[in-house]
Amino acid sequence: MSNDWPLYEVFIRSRAGLEHKHVGSLHAADAAMAVEHARDVYTRRQEGVSIWVVRSSDIVASDPADADALFEPARDKVYRHPTFYSIPDEVKNL
Amino acid sequence: MYTQGLDSLGKECLHTSATDTAALEERFQGKVDADDKIEPKDWMPDAYRQTLIRQISQHAHSEIVGMLPEGNWITRAPTLRRKAVLIAKVQDEGGHGMYLYSAAETLGISREQMLEQLLAGTAKYSSIFNYPTLTWADVGAIGWLVDGAAIMNQIPICRCSYGPYARAMVRICKEESFHQRQGFEIMLALARGTPAQKAMAQDALSRWWWPSIMMFGPSDGESRHTAQSMKWKIKRFTNDELRQKFIDITAPQADFLGLKIPDPALAWNESTQHYDFGTIDWSEFQAVLKGNGPCNRERLEARRSAHEGGRWVREAAAAHAAKQKARAAASQAA
Repeated sequence: MSNDWPLYEVFIRSRAGLEHKHVGSLHAADAAMAVEHARDVYTRRQEGVSIWVVRSSDIVASDPADADALFEPARDKVYRHPTFYSIPDEVKNL
Repeated sequence: MYTQGLDSLGKECLHTSATDTAALEERFQGKVDADDKIEPKDWMPDAYRQTLIRQISQHAHSEIVGMLPEGNWITRAPTLRRKAVLIAKVQDEGGHGMYLYSAAETLGISREQMLEQLLAGTAKYSSIFNYPTLTWADVGAIGWLVDGAAIMNQIPICRCSYGPYARAMVRICKEESFHQRQGFEIMLALARGTPAQKAMAQDALSRWWWPSIMMFGPSDGESRHTAQSMKWKIKRFTNDELRQKFIDITAPQADFLGLKIPDPALAWNESTQHYDFGTIDWSEFQAVLKGNGPCNRERLEARRSAHEGGRWVREAAAAHAAKQKARAAASQAA
């Protein structure tokens, strides 16, 4: 049996009110150690106000090779953007 | 966009006495006053939590029920372009309901509980969705007026003190920016069309105007929650302030369309630099809120039947997932 520490993905909230963003990963013996290591590895210059760690093996990801097919449905729907609609210049606040 | 299960309280509130509570409340209000965000794990007064659960779940229900009046016209949209746009808009509303339900879940209420409240008829949703969509012009009027009013309400919530709600709102406002424009575009096409089309646009404006104005809620003097919500920075402007702002920008748009807003008292007031407007019939608003609008029963019935009709799909998906899991476990054991 391997004694290698498992891999954790690290998410940092850079400022109050913002969402946590993925910044990278690290190895740790358990979740509590992962948080402490994340502080030392990723926030040495006060890059964050909050840390999330998640076991990498718990993350389910889409396959980049399938990206074309996966995201194809949104490709021809330009009408989801406001610029698709022509509104005369005289009309304000729309 | 949110991680669930964050509703457990932080260490600091496990053992608190009355004096601690006062200190916690003071610290909480200090954070709010400093425009800092409150996050799911932070200590918060119970009334703040309950207010947010009520407001966010009502907001989510409104998005979900709001799909019904417009959905009514998807099969009868006049062109393929209009149909594609309408589907995209209704799809957005479903998505916005999902963002909001997950924001509410960070406060400790479950999705199931919220759905039960909606289907049992004990939860409220925006009363505007209890009006019928009688003609195609209603789809235009909803986009222009109802979404216009909703955006006016929602933009200040992007700066709400509760982080998950504020972040959901940023996303929703960005996505909704096309909703109002497509509505106005429909109104413009009808207003520039045949006399019958113009009359149809006028009829839609006449029916949707007052319900849209009432979307901002009771007048400030009558609004029970306003003062506390403003202190907590859940709300940034009063109902009357937002209503006035909406009327001020919408009246010139109606003029441009050559349509008449159904309010004889509506007039620009040079001295206040605002539009004056007539008295709102709140008895209608109260009646609709109490369940006696034109479509209250129909809307709930549609939600219930959709929920029941989808039951076998949910059960089949769960059975399939269980089977896959059992197979994976068996192949690992082998």
